[in-house]
Amino acid sequence: MLAAFVQFLLSGVAVGTIYAFSALGFTLIFNASKVINFAQGEFIMLGGMLAVFFTEAGLPLPVAALLAVLVPTLLGMAIEKVAIKPARNAEVIALIIITIGLSLVIRGLVQISLGKSVHTLPSFSAAQPLHLLGAVLHPQIPWVLGVTLVVMVGLWLFFHRTLYGKMILATSFNPLAARLMGINTGRVMSASYGMAAGLGALGGLLITPVTMTSYDVGIMLGLKGFVGAVLGGMGNGVGAVVGGLLVGVAEALVAGYISSAYKDAVPFLLIFAILFLRPQGLFGAAAADRV
Amino acid sequence: MSGAYRGLWIIAAILAVLLLTLHDGFYLDIAIRMAINAIIVLMLNLLIGFAGQISLGHAAFVGIGAYASAILPGRYDWPPALALAAGAGLSGLLALALARPILRLKGHTLAMATLGFGIIVSVVLTNETALTGGPDGMPVADFTLLGISPSGDRGWLLLVGSLLILCVWGSINLIDSPFGRALRALHGSEVAASVVGVDLARYKMSIFVLSAVPTSVMGSLSAHYIGFVTPNLAGFMHSIELLTMVVVGGMASIYGSVLGAVLLTALPQLLATLEGWETVAFGMILILTMIFLPKGLIPTLAARGGREIP
Repeated sequence: MLAAFVQFLLSGVAVGTIYAFSALGFTLIFNASKVINFAQGEFIMLGGMLAVFFTEAGLPLPVAALLAVLVPTLLGMAIEKVAIKPARNAEVIALIIITIGLSLVIRGLVQISLGKSVHTLPSFSAAQPLHLLGAVLHPQIPWVLGVTLVVMVGLWLFFHRTLYGKMILATSFNPLAARLMGINTGRVMSASYGMAAGLGALGGLLITPVTMTSYDVGIMLGLKGFVGAVLGGMGNGVGAVVGGLLVGVAEALVAGYISSAYKDAVPFLLIFAILFLRPQGLFGAAAADRV
Repeated sequence: MSGAYRGLWIIAAILAVLLLTLHDGFYLDIAIRMAINAIIVLMLNLLIGFAGQISLGHAAFVGIGAYASAILPGRYDWPPALALAAGAGLSGLLALALARPILRLKGHTLAMATLGFGIIVSVVLTNETALTGGPDGMPVADFTLLGISPSGDRGWLLLVGSLLILCVWGSINLIDSPFGRALRALHGSEVAASVVGVDLARYKMSIFVLSAVPTSVMGSLSAHYIGFVTPNLAGFMHSIELLTMVVVGGMASIYGSVLGAVLLTALPQLLATLEGWETVAFGMILILTMIFLPKGLIPTLAARGGREIP
């Protein structure tokens, strides 16, 4: 009984961490530009697929892992420069369509260059499954949880203790006021897209040994990250992390106890319930309409 | 609104020429798909472009109509016309039930809720294998009404082409009616609209139902035409395709919806020769269109020509 519960819970938390990373990516970009970035899922896919590609090319795993996060980060910044910035005066829906176009381009390019087959990575250290309270865990799970914890603490320090982090926060509260205070909001935009892409890729990289990856995993993973972000209250960083983890745990519990076929519907049923009861999300402040 | 009907004559003329000249099944097939998509996109544009309510799950209504027409005649021997009506009724009721809670939301939460609705419908269609045939889909019987069925591709083009003209004509009149003006008012500012006496909830509900029912009917007809349904019809990517057609053609543009549907239905066929690069090319075209023509084709062209085109 307990063993099964621990098993479901921990695998839910592990998968939930990628949703959390992805939700943070949505939050960063939403705060910087009010855009829902539908290419976020493709960065998750890129993290896993690039790590596979670089290890198969003969690079040691740590180097491959580093590149698998670095390349999408740079790509995120480049995308902001060439695709988002030129259209910054367009309506938000046009920007959303651009991110959809970007996701198609990334997915198509990966499909052409790396193929349609399913790939996996070896666990980062021990290959033996772990035992905890009778549950059998994938050896990658401590890595997932450990790295997530370190990154979350790092992000908190970045946003609350460094000037760059405060510049990003200030810009998300009020871009015009931030600019008047001498903040280079253009660079903040670029940094936000880079960080969002890097966080997504990191999540994808970490989870690949557990869930495997292929060119088309990004759509669903990205959408569930979006659910996490809205669940926590769009624009709220802590909310995004909690929302992402909740989505992962709810999904794993339903898959374990009720029906694995309906696993993919769980996040969306959950968000329906939340939106009807509390449209601003768990951590969001009630919005006041400006007339 | 003078000259608003000129486009209607152009569409009718093009359809007549196509009916008289096309004999090739391939081109007729594309023309039929264009007309079907044009109607669905027009209905979606009424909701998004005119009333300002974004939907990322509109394909769910296509799926409901299509599966009603597949399941009821196929497994329960319902006459196809009754199945079509049942699908439309179900779509209408769902839209009615969902409108109040969903359309209270705005911006990203509305996007999230409609997206969630679409995904839930497609997950149900994928998993209820005994009824729907699961991910592989199921065949659909021919369409008949009082013993008459559209004969061949030209019959289908005549049917969906006539429906397209009817829907364009109806939409032109709708947006110029008091109802349409109320919709555009609530798009502009909900507070201002309610101050001048627009019942927001009632209008949003009406436009959601009005948009869902014809979409479901077109889902049914396209299921009969293609003869096969799969859960992808209701999927997220299909919803996004429809939204893309709205935006590329032009938000709140009736003829834009038709043009967007025509171009983006033809595009994959043109790109099919690129062997593997079609997804990339489709994505690039979306990006470039939105960077250089952010208002969509028809509104941009109309602005350049200094004319107003509905």
